[in-house]
Amino acid sequence: MNTLAKWLIVAFLVTVPLWLGNQYQYHVLIMMGIFTIGAMSLNLLLGYTGQLSLGHVAFFGIGAYTSSLVSLGFDLQLTDSYTFVVEPKPVWFAFFCALIVSGLCGWFVGKLSFRVRGAYFVIVTISFAEVVRLVALNWVDLTEGPMALNNIPPLASGVPWMEAGALSRRVANYYMVLAVGLVAFLIIQRLVQSRVGRAMIALRENESLAKSVGVDVTRYLVLAAITSAAIAGAAGALYAHYVRIVDPDVFLFIYTVTMVIMVISGGKGTLAGPLVGGLIFGILPELTRGHMLPEVQWIVYGALMILIVFFLPQGIVPAVQRGWATWQKRRDQSARDTSASNGRRQEVAR
Amino acid sequence: MTLHMTTPATTRQTVLTVDNLAVHFGGLVAISDASFKVDEGEVVSLIGPNGAGKTTAFNVISGFLAATKGVVAYKGRRLNGLKPHQIADAGLVRTFQKTSVFGNDTVIDNIMIGLHRRGDASIWQTLLLTPKVRRQEQALREAAAEILDFVGLGHRSNELAGALAYGEQRLLEVAVALAAKPSLLLLDEPACGMNPTEALNFRNLLGEIGRKKITVLLVEHNMRMVMGVSDRVVVLNHGRIIADGPPTEIQQNPEVIRAYLGHGPKHA
Ligand SMILES: Nc1ncnc2c1ncn2[C@@H]1O[C@H](COP(=O)(O)OP(=O)(O)OP(=O)(O)O)[C@@H](O)[C@H]1O
Ligand SMILES: [Mg+2]
Repeated sequence: MNTLAKWLIVAFLVTVPLWLGNQYQYHVLIMMGIFTIGAMSLNLLLGYTGQLSLGHVAFFGIGAYTSSLVSLGFDLQLTDSYTFVVEPKPVWFAFFCALIVSGLCGWFVGKLSFRVRGAYFVIVTISFAEVVRLVALNWVDLTEGPMALNNIPPLASGVPWMEAGALSRRVANYYMVLAVGLVAFLIIQRLVQSRVGRAMIALRENESLAKSVGVDVTRYLVLAAITSAAIAGAAGALYAHYVRIVDPDVFLFIYTVTMVIMVISGGKGTLAGPLVGGLIFGILPELTRGHMLPEVQWIVYGALMILIVFFLPQGIVPAVQRGWATWQKRRDQSARDTSASNGRRQEVAR
Repeated sequence: MTLHMTTPATTRQTVLTVDNLAVHFGGLVAISDASFKVDEGEVVSLIGPNGAGKTTAFNVISGFLAATKGVVAYKGRRLNGLKPHQIADAGLVRTFQKTSVFGNDTVIDNIMIGLHRRGDASIWQTLLLTPKVRRQEQALREAAAEILDFVGLGHRSNELAGALAYGEQRLLEVAVALAAKPSLLLLDEPACGMNPTEALNFRNLLGEIGRKKITVLLVEHNMRMVMGVSDRVVVLNHGRIIADGPPTEIQQNPEVIRAYLGHGPKHA
């Protein structure tokens, strides 16, 4: 995609609030943006290093809980006589804590799976997510367990015009999600279009060959895991401060599945893939909501996903790119043909 | 000038030493006891019948396999226990017997991955896309094009590696290894599957590589090529070294001839 198209899309996204007036539409956009950021982060691991993290929602949830807890304040009784107390902190600070804690968890999972690839990596990540969910459910002193963390401060709390009304709060949330999404996109883009990204792709394509030319594949896998987890954590934090209530259900497997579907249908290993997938599978539930039971919705998703993967196994974006390339080649070819025949005609005229 | 010319060839430094190497796979003894060395700037061929243990020796030297016994050292540094990428960092780069490229990447991108060791941009510089990073990327791209021209694949640079003809893929493998800037290149049957013309070109390429002061350890079944390019030939049979010497000597060696004709007296 060329730079102009990119800027046009950014400009379009920035001006959305000029014509969007409906709270509900904002809600759809914001949730879609949050999950698209999650999908982008998953794509870094799944699409570029080739490792499927089926516990990706763990990082999302850890980000949500970390940011909520730090902004609400909490106390932890470490020993009988000592209690670790954290006073409520500003939301921006909590947000950065979420990035760091999720990133550390990504580092941990990356290290844990430093030799496991493929199916074993999937199992490590699923187990990790399950453990984290159980902790969130059972460590009631800290997380309130199933009672959920309530009254989480909204993202831009303290900014005066934010307090004005529900709609302007949504506008602010929309811009926060957009800003985080753009930064995440830029980070991922710079990584994958560099020597670092080549090392990740080398791991995906041919690990032995990568090692033989001196690529420390484990290092790049861990780096991808850290970055991916931190971005997923950022999405989780955005989610927490937007819906303002977090319970262990943020760790539901279905959220991971949603992100995986977005990445695979859009096109894993492409920058635009998760955006396209996020757009389709972010809007689709809202379009079908009024007409279908949730169970039927999931069947429709599944069917759509299977259709996409069946007909476009690489996903939508690579298919479009290929189509575009062949079309251009054909156009160049025909242009050359006509200019050649023009040349001939002129000669005849002379 | 004359001073250099009087330097006798025997002062060549030994770079790779393999000492009493043994590799067992459970009960199977792939290498029983092998010792050999490679001097700087030499082209040494490691030959032997199928299953002799040549690839196994490569796997141990390049860190893909742990030795059961014995020591591998490069330029005085012990390699046992190092990971493959650390061994590549020491200057030893190997290719694989089975064709091995990054099939879904373009030819030039294959080389760019091979050039990994020549880049050094930190993660922060990469994220900030500093001028240094841009310059380095440009320089790497030029180096990649140069390497492709060197091996004669310049005209293929934007094709997918997986779409190349078999012989070209084999050439690309060598190019990827060369990109990693080896001081010792380990080639495992690089000409296997090449047609006679390609094999001949490849022989010339080996000569060019030698002129670049890259030491070469070659595993190859094509005896014409082996005898033509090697300074020395090491013969492995049933996990044991049975001969080590200049090509002319090896060709006359009765034990080698027996091993290759396959009806020598069975050893106990
Ligand atoms: N990973 C492994 N596990 C078990 N046995 C192995 C393994 N790798 C090699 N071998 C055995 O070790 C012996 C030596 O194999 P190796 O591949 O080193 O032979 P080679 O000299 O390279 O033969 P070729 O010329 O056919 O490539 C063979 O008997 C082989 O079956
Ligand atoms: Mg072999």
